[in-house]
Amino acid sequence: MKPVVKSVENPITISVDDAQLTVEAGTTVAGALIAHGITAWRSTRKNERPRGLFCGIGACFDCLVSIDGQPNQRACMVRVCEGQQVDTETAKERP
Amino acid sequence: MSQKIHVAVIGAGPAGLAAAANALAHGAQVTCIDANDQPGGQYWRHRLEQPGRQPGVQPDSTGHHDWKTYLSLRAAFDAGIAAGTLAYLPNTQVWMAQQREDERITLQLTSATAAGTQAPASTLTADRLVVATGAYDRQIPIPGWDLPGVMTAGAVQALIKGQGVLAGQRIVLAGTGPFLLPVASNVAHAGGSVLAICESADLSGWLKNLKAPLAVPAKGIEGAEYIWDLLRHRIPYKRSTVITAIHGAEKVEAVSIARTDKTGAVIAGSEERIENVDCVGLGFGFTTQLELLTAFGVATHMDVDGSLVADVDEFQLTSGANVLAAGEVTGIGGAALAVAEGTVAGYRAALGSGQAPQQSEVAKELKTISRHRAFARAMHQAHQVPDYWSGNLEEDTVVCRCEEVTAGEIIQARDELKAVDARSIKSTTRAGMGWCQGRVCGYAASCLATCGDKHEAFAQSVANTYKRPVSIPVPLGEIADLEDSPKE
Ligand SMILES: Cc1cc2nc3c(=O)[nH]c(=O)nc-3n(C[C@H](O)[C@@H](O)[C@H](O)COP(=O)(O)OP(=O)(O)OC[C@H]3O[C@@H](n4cnc5c(N)ncnc54)[C@H](O)[C@@H]3O)c2cc1C
Ligand code: FES
Repeated sequence: MKPVVKSVENPITISVDDAQLTVEAGTTVAGALIAHGITAWRSTRKNERPRGLFCGIGACFDCLVSIDGQPNQRACMVRVCEGQQVDTETAKERP
Repeated sequence: MSQKIHVAVIGAGPAGLAAAANALAHGAQVTCIDANDQPGGQYWRHRLEQPGRQPGVQPDSTGHHDWKTYLSLRAAFDAGIAAGTLAYLPNTQVWMAQQREDERITLQLTSATAAGTQAPASTLTADRLVVATGAYDRQIPIPGWDLPGVMTAGAVQALIKGQGVLAGQRIVLAGTGPFLLPVASNVAHAGGSVLAICESADLSGWLKNLKAPLAVPAKGIEGAEYIWDLLRHRIPYKRSTVITAIHGAEKVEAVSIARTDKTGAVIAGSEERIENVDCVGLGFGFTTQLELLTAFGVATHMDVDGSLVADVDEFQLTSGANVLAAGEVTGIGGAALAVAEGTVAGYRAALGSGQAPQQSEVAKELKTISRHRAFARAMHQAHQVPDYWSGNLEEDTVVCRCEEVTAGEIIQARDELKAVDARSIKSTTRAGMGWCQGRVCGYAASCLATCGDKHEAFAQSVANTYKRPVSIPVPLGEIADLEDSPKE
């Protein structure tokens, strides 16, 4: 079997908070963030703990993030697209 | 319009694809609804097909098994779309299914992602329904399992198969069951390091029941490939070993592991720490995605592995009129079983109401089903969810991830408020009340509430956690629309 992971073949640009990220077309928002080493993009309500991807398939709702102004989107279900704006809660709560 | 039977299939995984393909082959009009944006389900999740290329033409097969089966099911599926006999609704989630007075079935649909395509209609009515909604990784809480970088074993697999993304560079996999092997193998092929596979079972269970695995040689060959991969990549496979704690400040940094004895208790002095871990993949078998069926009130039972599953007859018919089930929802047993069940369900669903089903029409599949069910039973017996974990919880270990309810709070509710099943735990602590509606914590909350009892009270408690009014949280407007709509 050949290696499964390839380098970025079809780069597109998305915005995550104020930063521009070059990501692989066809990945999900969660996949794109993880490929950039970002593992958390939300804080929990009660204890303000960082959260990111957990089930990876849309069952757990841990990966919620705001995408193009729509809050509470499952980052593991939505594919990236050129010019997409992702807003993490972790950034909002930063002073 | 012709008198074709209209079959709705929920799920486009191995079971749903096979059901759709065979219902088409038997002359039905089919609608297949799937939350994902490409057919394949979990097993055949693959990289995004090239836009502009004809659907179904050689999607990426890297990291896959039984890919030929996928391509042939996919060819039938795509031919149905081309012929207008199959309507495929990707990116669409069924949030409620109801039986009408005339015994036809109405489904409520919504877009799976607000950013995705809108479902063409918000309701759909069909003569028959095949529920092939699959399963998700079962979890038990471990101190530190809520740290970023800790995810399900299935998530690690889905990231690689679906996107070519490696969840980390230094990964520890833990839980129980053969599923940890293909995940490890894919991580290694993708260039990641699997520092350890911690299998909680001692595997002696397989020896008690050798006949069942020997009757399914394909599983043996697949298993041998994985073992070869483990050896080649020097991946330590540790039996009777569990993760006792996951450490880190803002994300996972290290894990503690330990060996367990025959009773499942941690052996003192066997603890070890693995440092520089950036990802942990956890999976203790799977939990069926059954709520659309339980909402119907169809008969269910608790399977050997402690999962609630739908009762089906020989032709995959549930106790609900015109409602069939196939794949993991009838018992966790893998993709080959799901395909065989889907094929039978597709045949049965397409039959006219006066026609009696014939075994000879699906003889090969019925044999496959019986061999694979025996295999699954042997697998579940060899890979029981271990008992060690509840003794290992810290007071502040999160059990319900959504509502951040701790083990301490749940145990207090049990002991002081006599909350002895998941439902009363939910009303006293909010565990299971969040976004996921108890999907992730339902099993663990039931174990804690019933003090590890594995019988009646536990089964009842688990069954209660499946009672969800809707299968996913939907915008209130859609529920209001439903209430306003005239009754059919
Ligand atoms: C994350 C994950 C990864 C896995 N990877 C592997 C693997 O690599 N190898 C292996 O042997 N086994 C794997 N499995 C085990 C898996 O259960 C397979 O045995 C197989 O995919 C089961 O087939 P199925 O058709 O029953 O269900 P699935 O393949 O799970 O298909 C069910 C489909 O139904 C859809 N669905 C569910 N609910 C709804 C709804 N309400 N509305 C619309 N659509 C819905 C889902 O999106 C999914 O596409 C994996 C399981 C998980 C959870
Ligand atoms: S990670 Fe579970 S829903 Fe996205």
